[in-house]
Amino acid sequence: MKLAYWMYAGPAHIGTLRVASSFKNVHAIMHAPLGDDYFNVMRSMLERERDFTPVTASIVDRHVLARGSQEKVVENIMRKDQQEKPDLILLTPTCTSSILQEDLQNFVERATSTTNSDILLADVNHYRVNEFQAADRTLEQIIAFYLPPLDPYSSSMDVLPLAAERQHGPPPSQQAESQDSGPSGEQKFSEQPSANILGVFTLGFHHQHDCREIYRILKDLGIKINQIIPEGCLVTNLKNITKAWFNIVPYREIGLMAAEYLHKNYNMPYIDRTPMGLVETASWIRQIRVFVKGNEETYEKYIDQQTRFVSQAAWFSRSIDCQNLTGKKALVFGDATHAAAMTKILVREMGINVCCAGTYCQQDADWFREQVQGFCDQVLITEDHTQVGNMIAQIEPAAIFGTQMERHVGKRLDIPCGVISAPIHIQNFPLSYRPFLGYEGTNQIADLVYNSFTLGMEDHLLEIFGGHDVKTVITKNLSTDQELIWTSSAQNELQKIPGFVRNRIKRNTEKFARSQKIQQITVEVMYAAKEAAT
Amino acid sequence: MSSTEVKFECETGNYHTFCPISCVSWLYQKISDSFFLVIGTKTCGYFLQNALGVMIFAEPRYAMAELEEGDISAQLHDFDELQRLCLQIKQDRNPSVLVWIGTCTTEIIKMDLEGMAPKIEELIEIPILVARANGLDYAFTQGEDTVLAAMAHRCPSGNQTNSLVLFGSLPNTVAQQLTRELETQGIKVAGWLPETRYEELPSLGPGVFVCGVHPFLSRTATTLMRRRKCQLIGAPFPIGPDGTRAWIEKICQIFDVQPQNLNERESKIWESLKPYLTLVKSKSVFFMGDNLLEISLARFLIRCGMIVYEIGIPYMDKRFQASELQLLEKTCQEMNVSIPRIVEKPDNYNQIQRIRALQPDLVITGLAHSNPLEARGITTKWSVEFTFAQIHGFTNARDILELVTRPLRRNNHLKDLGWSKLAAC
Repeated sequence: MKLAYWMYAGPAHIGTLRVASSFKNVHAIMHAPLGDDYFNVMRSMLERERDFTPVTASIVDRHVLARGSQEKVVENIMRKDQQEKPDLILLTPTCTSSILQEDLQNFVERATSTTNSDILLADVNHYRVNEFQAADRTLEQIIAFYLPPLDPYSSSMDVLPLAAERQHGPPPSQQAESQDSGPSGEQKFSEQPSANILGVFTLGFHHQHDCREIYRILKDLGIKINQIIPEGCLVTNLKNITKAWFNIVPYREIGLMAAEYLHKNYNMPYIDRTPMGLVETASWIRQIRVFVKGNEETYEKYIDQQTRFVSQAAWFSRSIDCQNLTGKKALVFGDATHAAAMTKILVREMGINVCCAGTYCQQDADWFREQVQGFCDQVLITEDHTQVGNMIAQIEPAAIFGTQMERHVGKRLDIPCGVISAPIHIQNFPLSYRPFLGYEGTNQIADLVYNSFTLGMEDHLLEIFGGHDVKTVITKNLSTDQELIWTSSAQNELQKIPGFVRNRIKRNTEKFARSQKIQQITVEVMYAAKEAAT
Repeated sequence: MSSTEVKFECETGNYHTFCPISCVSWLYQKISDSFFLVIGTKTCGYFLQNALGVMIFAEPRYAMAELEEGDISAQLHDFDELQRLCLQIKQDRNPSVLVWIGTCTTEIIKMDLEGMAPKIEELIEIPILVARANGLDYAFTQGEDTVLAAMAHRCPSGNQTNSLVLFGSLPNTVAQQLTRELETQGIKVAGWLPETRYEELPSLGPGVFVCGVHPFLSRTATTLMRRRKCQLIGAPFPIGPDGTRAWIEKICQIFDVQPQNLNERESKIWESLKPYLTLVKSKSVFFMGDNLLEISLARFLIRCGMIVYEIGIPYMDKRFQASELQLLEKTCQEMNVSIPRIVEKPDNYNQIQRIRALQPDLVITGLAHSNPLEARGITTKWSVEFTFAQIHGFTNARDILELVTRPLRRNNHLKDLGWSKLAAC
C-alpha cells in the first residue's frame, strides 16, 4: 500500500480508452463498476468534444459479483453492435474487474459469432502498467489484429491478408534494398514518398497542433501523409499502413511499440526522434531525407531557410532579450519526451542553466538519463510529486517547466512555471494554434520560456522597489455611511464568505439595511438582504 | 396521457454518474478535523484528482491508500500496511477522526475493514470510521449516506426527549439558515449530523427526533431509527420555497407548534423569484438522473411552471422519499400537469433517443453528455452543480433558478446568431 495524493500517469484503462476513442467508429465497452466511466467526462470537458465519447460501461454491481457477468457483457456487446454499428468493439477491463478473473476472452469469442463488428479484449495488466504503457500496448494490439505477423515459412502470397494489394506494380526504386529482406518487398508502396504518423491521440498534450505542424513540414518536403494513427483513423484502413515508406513516432510514450511491430513484421523503418526545438527538428528532417533518399542540398537549404527566417527562435536566442536569460536557473519535469526535449532546448538553444531535469516515466528512465546527460546538473526520476516539490524548494530555480502540478508548486513558492507536459488542465487545450513540434513549435516554446522568465524578473523588481503603487488609496471606499453597525456574529458570517465576493455582499447588505432604515446589521439582515436582492 | 399517480420504471442501469467516493470532496471540507483515507486503486485516485480539480492542490485532508499488486494477491499483510499509513497520517496531520472509505476493490478482495478498524483505532488512538462507499453498491451522493450512517454510530448517547437533530451535510452558512428558520418557529435544533467538528457530534437516543435535509440519506435514516432508536420525521426536503415550507410545517406538526408567518414568508420568496419564473414558464425539462436530488428538483420546477418529461434517478427509496413523492403528486395536480415518468437505473443510450424525440428545452445531465448534447442544439445544465451549490431553504431558492435559467439566458443572448447545431450528426 502506498499513501498517495496525486499521480502523474493515470490508470491503465485510461490509456486503452484514449486509443479506442481516438479511432473513428471504434467503441470501447468497459467492464467496470458504476462511476468508472469518468473518462467520458474528461474527454467531453477537456477536449470540448462535440460527439458522444464512444465508451460505455458494462456495469459490475453486487449482482455481477454474486453470479458473474454471465450474459451481461455479451449482451452489452451485441447491443452496441446493433446501436452504433462500429467496426471494432474493444472490451476493456478495469482495476476492479480484472481481479474478478472472469474469462472475458470467452465472452469475446461468444459475442464474435453473432456480431458484425470485430471484437477485441484489451490485453493490459492493470497493476503493472500505467496509462502510457497501456495506450502503447493497445495501439500495437489493434494494429497487429488488422496486420497480423507474416509467417516467414509459407509462401507469402497465400498467407498475406493483403495479398491483393501486393500484386500491383513494383515498389519504388528507393525501396529496392528492402526487397530481399522479406515479404515487404511485394507491398505496393505509394508512388510519392509517404509516411504514417503513429501516436496522435485524444487528450494528448497539444497533439492536434503538433500533428498539423508535422503535416506542414512533410508537405514542404514533398512527402504525403499516408495515415494518422489513431486519431480519426478507421480500423478498416489499417491494412493500408504498409503503403507508406516509413513511420513517424513523434512521442516516445505512445506509438513506439506499434512502430517496432511494423518494423519487425513488415520491415517498415521508423523515426522516433521528436522534432522539438531547432536542433532536433533539423536532425529529424535529415533522418527523413535518408528514408526517402532526398536531395541533400535541397534538404539542407530547407532547414537553413526555416531555421533562420521562418522560425523566430534562432534569432530570438541571439537577440539581447535572450542575453538576460543566460545562466538563469531552471528546473524541468514532465513526461520523457517533453522533459528531455525541453532540457535540450533550454541549454543548447537558449543558454539557460537546467539545474535539474526529471521525468515521471520510470519505465523509460534509462533513455531519459542518456538524453539529458551533459545538459543538466541533476536527473530526477520519480512518480512522487512531493519529491519534485522538495527539489524545487531546495534549488529555487528562476523558472519551472513542468506539469500542472509543478505550476501549483510554483504558485506556492512564487516561482513562475510554463506547462510543457501532461497531466494538464482544460487551459492546456487551447483553441488557437499552439504546436510544440516543428518550426512553429520553436516560436511557441520561445514565447513560453521568455514569458515565464520576464514575469519572474518583473516580480523581483517589484519586490525591490516595493510594488507598483505605494500610495494608499483612500477614495475607493463606497460605504460612506458610518452609522451602520455590524454585529460580531454578522461580521463572522461575512468572513465566511469567499474573499472575491465578500465586498459585494457587504455593499449589498449595507445598501439593503439603509433602504430598510436598519442601523444594526445582524445575520438575519444579511439573509434578508440576499432574499430581497433581484 | 395524463396520469395522476406516480409510476416507476426501471431500465438497464447503464448510466453515467460519479463514483460515491467523491463524497470525500465535500465532507472533508465540512468536517474540519477529519481525515479521509480512500483505500482503493489508481482508478479511484485518478477519479478524485480529476473530479475535484483544483481542490487537490490546497493540501486536502484526504489521501489514497493505493493498493498494489502485493496487496491484491495478499502477499502483503493489509493490517500492517494500514497501520503504517494511519500512523503516518497521525504524525503529519493529527486529525480527530479518520474515515476509511472502502472501494470496489476492497469489496472484491474482501478486505475486512470493519474488523481491522477497532484494532488500529486502539493502537493509534484516533477514532476510525469505516464507510463502504463503492461503485458496486452506490451512486454519487449515496457516498455521503454511507459515511453519515457510520458516523451515526459514534454520536454520544443521550436521552434528551423531544430534541431535534437534523442530518445531512450542508455548508455551514446553509445549516445556519435552516437552524434559524426553525428557531423563528420556536423549534430549537439540538445538533446536526455532521457538525463542523467531529468532536461536536450531537447526542442521540430514544426520544430524539431526526429529520433529513437531503433525499439521498436513506441508510442514515434507517441507522438512526433502528440502531439509535431515534424517531424519524418523514418530510419533503427543504429544496425550493415549497419544499422548505412543507419541511418546516411537518416539523412544526410533530412538535405541536402552529407555524407563524410561513405563508407570507413563502409568498414573498416566490414574489422575488418572478423574473426567473417568466423565463422558465412552460419550458420543458428532462432529468437524466445521477445524484438523487432529481425528485425534489423536479417538484420545485413543476411548481415554477415547468413541464417535466422524465425524472431519471439512480435509486429510489420510496419510503424515505414518501412525503416528497406525495408533494410531487400534489404539485402536479395543482399545476394541472401529468406526473412525469420516474426512471430508476436509467439507460443513457435510451434516454438520448428519447431526448432526440422529445426535444426538451432543458436537459439536466452529467458532464459526459453535456457538450455532445449542446453541439446538437439541445440546451443542458450540468447536474453536479446542484450538489455543490447552495440550494436549501428559502434563502437559496434563487440559486436553484439561477442555475436552471443560466443556459436559457445564455441562449437568449446567442439565439440570433444562427449556429446552434455544431455537430456533424
